[in-house]
Amino acid sequence: MNARVARALDAVTAERAENALLSVRGLTVRFRLRGGRTVAAVTDADFDLAAGECLALVGESGCGKSVLASALLGLLPANAETSGTALTDGTDLLAADEKTLARSVRGRRVGLVPQSPAAHLTPVRTVRAHLEETVRALTDTPRAGRRKAAEDAADRAAFPATHLDAYPHELSGGLAQRAATALALIGDAPLLLADEPTTGLDRDLVERTADELRRHTDDGRGLLLITHDLTAAARIADRVAVMYAGRIVEIAPAHRFFGTTGPAHPYARGLLDALPDRAFTPIPGMPPELSDLPEGCAFAARCPRATDLCATVPALRAGVACHHPERPRA
Amino acid sequence: MLELDAVTAGYTPREPVFRGASLTLAPGESVGLLGPSGCGKSTLARVAALLHRPDAGRLVLDGTEVTAWRHRAPREQRTAVGVVFQQPRTAADPRLSLADLIAEPLRATGRKAEAAARVAELAPAVGLTPELLTRRPHAVSDGQLQRACLARALSLRPRWLVCDEMTAMLDASTTAALVAAVESYRRETGAGLLAVGHDRVLLNRWCDRTVEWKDCLRTPGA
Repeated sequence: MNARVARALDAVTAERAENALLSVRGLTVRFRLRGGRTVAAVTDADFDLAAGECLALVGESGCGKSVLASALLGLLPANAETSGTALTDGTDLLAADEKTLARSVRGRRVGLVPQSPAAHLTPVRTVRAHLEETVRALTDTPRAGRRKAAEDAADRAAFPATHLDAYPHELSGGLAQRAATALALIGDAPLLLADEPTTGLDRDLVERTADELRRHTDDGRGLLLITHDLTAAARIADRVAVMYAGRIVEIAPAHRFFGTTGPAHPYARGLLDALPDRAFTPIPGMPPELSDLPEGCAFAARCPRATDLCATVPALRAGVACHHPERPRA
Repeated sequence: MLELDAVTAGYTPREPVFRGASLTLAPGESVGLLGPSGCGKSTLARVAALLHRPDAGRLVLDGTEVTAWRHRAPREQRTAVGVVFQQPRTAADPRLSLADLIAEPLRATGRKAEAAARVAELAPAVGLTPELLTRRPHAVSDGQLQRACLARALSLRPRWLVCDEMTAMLDASTTAALVAAVESYRRETGAGLLAVGHDRVLLNRWCDRTVEWKDCLRTPGA
């Protein structure tokens, strides 16, 4: 790549970072295990997220995408070591202390739509109690207005008022998901983080949940959608980031990624080709252990295009981290 | 032939999840059963796998009517059906290594001597490395654990395989790999398959035919 193109790309990245709601640079997470082993869960993640934009972070289970989400909310266990920056509205989420995170970040700047809403809700309390408690904790609503505020919050997430007095076990998967989304929206956080919000839901519900998240994005929020469901990502994402073995290996506009051009990284291609409405062929082999990553490109062992060059880790350039990116499909 | 005839089943007396569900699989046939969550398709799959005693109706397995379920079922019938569940975590004993997990059905049927050879045969078929086989469930990913659960279901060489949302929580590549492993086993043995799920695209691609849950409830001739 010549210097001029590289400069132009850097300028685009800088411009994106300036307008970004969330700007992540060099995010790295390491877990120290007993016996001196280290798990490289996330390595050098760079991305930006703008208001009104949905960025889908996709990859197979265990690739580090949920760890990345937990790092942004300061929810990692004690043996995690984090470096890099994640700026949102002047605050570095990775450097903030627990007090700042608890009082001004979680729920207020970053709303979390959790993976399994049924486990996220307290089983002995009604949905209304959850909502009113969250209203009390996150907003200045006077006591008399909390009931109304809770009902409004439920309405925003399309949770039916008839079920407000239901307990979590009385809700279907779809309703539990909406209750959790309603809670995430109460603090009016500009950034929504959805961690596998559609796992275990049937196709109709996946589509409905995804469309609702898209609606909240169109209201001007930024949405980081973490998912292994490529169909859901294709439905609502503006951009797609593919993660493999802890690294972001490709970031591309969704229409190009899922369209006729297709992804440039061989792993991303393999992932799409595994879909039942495409070739339905698995990528050979399995991802490497995050505690025992190879020296060079982590995908080389499974890659049909690997050469000697792949003994060094490729840098993310023009949205793809590969020594042999695929040319666009004709 | 696997015949489910007018099966009524549920978990509360007199309040069945569904009434009169029928489904017939020809020998070696693969059938996808499609339905929304909560409709009862998993309960029907459990009946077919001899894991849940129906309130009414018949299950005929290769010409023999099933009269006893779960541990009461005769071993010959019980081992004719292999089953893979949606959640590998809750379907795996956390104390066992993956190798022991795969060998468990052989041990339980007094064929421990064959275990090592059978595990060595199954592991590469489902894509597990020797190193992974020594680990316990907490040290592997969902996808890797589900591979072991599939190997366990195949360990007794069942004539029928019941896959209840086997891939619902897995990524595209692992899904394709598991389906390929099932299909290669079926090509080799001629086993039949009942795949339950809600992913129409997947089941249409995978199975010989797909059946809608609501069509199972329509009694023929009624």
